[in-house]
Amino acid sequence: MSTTGPLGRSSGEGRLFPLLTGAAAVLVPCLVAGIALVLWRESLLSIREFGFAFWRTSIWDPVAGQFGALPFIWGTLYSSLLALLLSAPVALGIAIFLSDLSPHALRQPLIFLTELLAAIPSIVYGLWGIFVLVPLVRRLEIATPAWLKGVPLFEGPPLGVGLLAASLVLAVMMVPFTASVAREILKAVPSAQREGAYALGATRWEAIRMALFYGRTGIIGAVMLGLGRALGETMAVTMLIGNNPRISLSLFAPQYTMAAVIANEFTEAADPLYLDALVEIGLVLFLITVAINALSRVLVWRVGRERTVRAGRPVPAAAV
Amino acid sequence: MSWNRLRRKVVSGAVVAFCAAAVVLALIPLGFILFFVIGHGLPALNAAFFTQMPKPVGEPGGGMANAIAGTLILIGLAAGIAVPIGIVSGIYVSEYRKTSLASAVRFSADILNGVPSIVIGLFAYTTAVLPFQRFSAIAGGLALGIMMIPLIVRMTEELLNLVPPTLRDGALALGATRARAVFTVILPAALPGILTGVLVALARIAGETAPLLFTAFNNRFWSTRLDQPIASLTVQVYTYAISPYDDWHRQAWAGATVLIGAILTFSLLARAMTRRLERMHRP
Amino acid sequence: MPLTRGDIVPKLSRCLLIALLLAAVAAVLVPPVWADPVQIDGAGATFPYPIYSKWFSEYNKLHPDVRINYQSIGSGGGIRQLTAQTVFFGASDGPMTNDQLQGAPGKVFHFPTVLGGVVPIYNLPGVDAELKFAGTVLADIFLGKITKWSDQAIAKDNPGVNLPDSDITVVHRADGSGTSYIFCDYLAKVSPEYKSKVGVATSVNWPAGIGGKGNEGVAGLVKQTPGAIGYVELIYALQNKIAFGSVKSFDGEFVRASIDSVSAAAASATAKMPADFRVSITNAPGKNVYPISSFTWILLYESPKDKHKSRLMVDFMKWALTDGQKFAGDLGYAPLPQTVVSLEDAALKKIKVE
Repeated sequence: MSTTGPLGRSSGEGRLFPLLTGAAAVLVPCLVAGIALVLWRESLLSIREFGFAFWRTSIWDPVAGQFGALPFIWGTLYSSLLALLLSAPVALGIAIFLSDLSPHALRQPLIFLTELLAAIPSIVYGLWGIFVLVPLVRRLEIATPAWLKGVPLFEGPPLGVGLLAASLVLAVMMVPFTASVAREILKAVPSAQREGAYALGATRWEAIRMALFYGRTGIIGAVMLGLGRALGETMAVTMLIGNNPRISLSLFAPQYTMAAVIANEFTEAADPLYLDALVEIGLVLFLITVAINALSRVLVWRVGRERTVRAGRPVPAAAV
Repeated sequence: MSWNRLRRKVVSGAVVAFCAAAVVLALIPLGFILFFVIGHGLPALNAAFFTQMPKPVGEPGGGMANAIAGTLILIGLAAGIAVPIGIVSGIYVSEYRKTSLASAVRFSADILNGVPSIVIGLFAYTTAVLPFQRFSAIAGGLALGIMMIPLIVRMTEELLNLVPPTLRDGALALGATRARAVFTVILPAALPGILTGVLVALARIAGETAPLLFTAFNNRFWSTRLDQPIASLTVQVYTYAISPYDDWHRQAWAGATVLIGAILTFSLLARAMTRRLERMHRP
Repeated sequence: MPLTRGDIVPKLSRCLLIALLLAAVAAVLVPPVWADPVQIDGAGATFPYPIYSKWFSEYNKLHPDVRINYQSIGSGGGIRQLTAQTVFFGASDGPMTNDQLQGAPGKVFHFPTVLGGVVPIYNLPGVDAELKFAGTVLADIFLGKITKWSDQAIAKDNPGVNLPDSDITVVHRADGSGTSYIFCDYLAKVSPEYKSKVGVATSVNWPAGIGGKGNEGVAGLVKQTPGAIGYVELIYALQNKIAFGSVKSFDGEFVRASIDSVSAAAASATAKMPADFRVSITNAPGKNVYPISSFTWILLYESPKDKHKSRLMVDFMKWALTDGQKFAGDLGYAPLPQTVVSLEDAALKKIKVE
């Protein structure tokens, strides 16, 4: 086997091709590094002023010059994770239906319709949310029985806007992404696997379960993709979440997310420390996105490795 | 039928019902939203909408001709930046997939995909607006292009990997260099799918507002210059939607309808392409 | 080779993409047939956006080669972009602070353009009468100290009105805004506690309530939430047909916002107008004066780099301060008093146009 150079080319191969294509390829990690660098540089004032306390403090006072990102980190994580919990089962259900269960005639139209959900711009979701979703949520809040209202999860006046409304709209926005990637994964499961399962007398669910198991790494990836979308969502969230930087466990309470505060206050921030604090929030958001991506890669890598390690033994086709 | 078998059948039936319910559940908000937007937007769509510039408050008529042109120019710029870089990077990652650079590119593409559009807007503002002391279409195109790159890199890599190895072996056996094999045999085979990827990416960025706010700014007038602010459908819809005027609201809905229609067309084309591609490659 | 059905879609997409690309290239490269018009970019306050957009459109009809492109990104945004010199002029509902003026690369002049008022809007089903609010009451509501509509402080000023015992939901601006600035400026004058606890700025740390995005967002939230109270520019309240209350003036009478009462607020300020026009007219003394009124300013550099644009802008300002004022009333703004216009004419001469 010929040796491979630093760019991957084997000896005896021309230099031009790997050099040119490599030059384009190297731009991608450079971009990411560039973004991180710019975010860092533009938030230096705030970093120097607050240090790590920025991540722990809850005060956000532009007049007094006191900034802390904790309420926004809380709001972002809470709303995104809740949206994930709500959207993942629905998205998986849709993916399963479209790949395994639907009658052939319905398949293409339904795929088209779910993709339509992805085509709707975020601002439209926000407007729809204000006029349709918020009144619905308010009615739901008013209808909550009194004994339930005592639980911290449900306390607070029935405003309509708040964490629940924002999470619901995020969930609706995440579904088409997760569903379409999960559907591709399920489609890629070799039909021999399913056929084997049915041949051994599996019910529909058992065959599906086996396909899910086979494609679990890709499905985790699909869910992560949806989560990434939720973390960065700006317009729709800021119209529905109430924009109040307080940390609260309650679903009914108005809260705030990182992307929303940047969108709301960036154009107005005229004071250098204020501006840098906002950019630092952008940096925190960037780092959280990187962390979640890295985590999902490790998950996929580790689960994938398990599968190859076990590949030595013949795995039964049907997991009954 | 044994008790166990009955139980399994019931569970299976329940799951099937759940999945069908999930589909219905997803379609409900879709129906709501479309009904809402198109119901408000379609009546406001007329010839004036497509040919006139925005009019100030109180004057009837006016349209979003400049915003439609602006969006087209912006996505054209974005594609001009992202497609060459994306495809060539994808070629590298597919051809030299075991190198550390390839892993770095894959990881970076995933991260870039997850970076919120508003952060990318911040980046483009700092690098393309401030140093030149002007808002411009180029800055907006840059922001959108950065968002497109990871999608195109991923698509290109996966599609090139899907091309049957026999094609490559045949080309190399006939004496082609690696470069020639890629550009004359493998890439053309993957081209339909890559086109799909480009269309999907265009659909995604056509609906973005946040990154354009600090870069392309907006422009009330007809402008096609790249070094000046430029209007776009999304920003214009946003500006109108948060105003108090009914006439502007109606135009906002009309703009949203045009936007959804355009994105839909792209998605439909992409879907049709993918189906054809599948038919070609089914074993 | 004949065109098969399978060929059409990719060929169509390819054609579409090429067509798009060609259209984009053509649009950019084909030189305009007419003379390249001058474009002047400005940014800032959303409050005067309706009248500014009317002005720039009318002016463009009179002078087709002058295109003024204004985007309403907010008062603070206008100041920032002016300082960064990415726009030629700024617009703000709150004057620049001394620190901000120091931070600008050149000397900046303020020019008042029109007057407007900020009104307290509310949503109380079952209450038809127009509510009266004392300044201190508004401050305490927004501080979160008064939490129920039936509170004595509110009832005292509204005898005979059947106020429900429901919670007050405070709605404020989530985004930074000159409207917030004007409102906070007033509340700080009538309530020392508000001044120390919250302060005056386009973005503050609101002690209570939920944030709506833009004037529209606040109006929308108030409209939808029974028991809510918020603040918006007068035009937004009129356009959205939301109930708004009258506010107690410096002289002690409850005044409802209108073109006349807002103009009256300016009249008291003209007597002692500072040379740089940075004046606050909230809580102004006088009869029938609406207390939450304000000027809105256009910000220009004394000596910008592009002198040609400078001359064009000065000519525009002269038009706006005279002919332009007649558009104000229809759109819900109060025109400037003549004395102020004369002072501005003199100030405009200081701008370097060559």
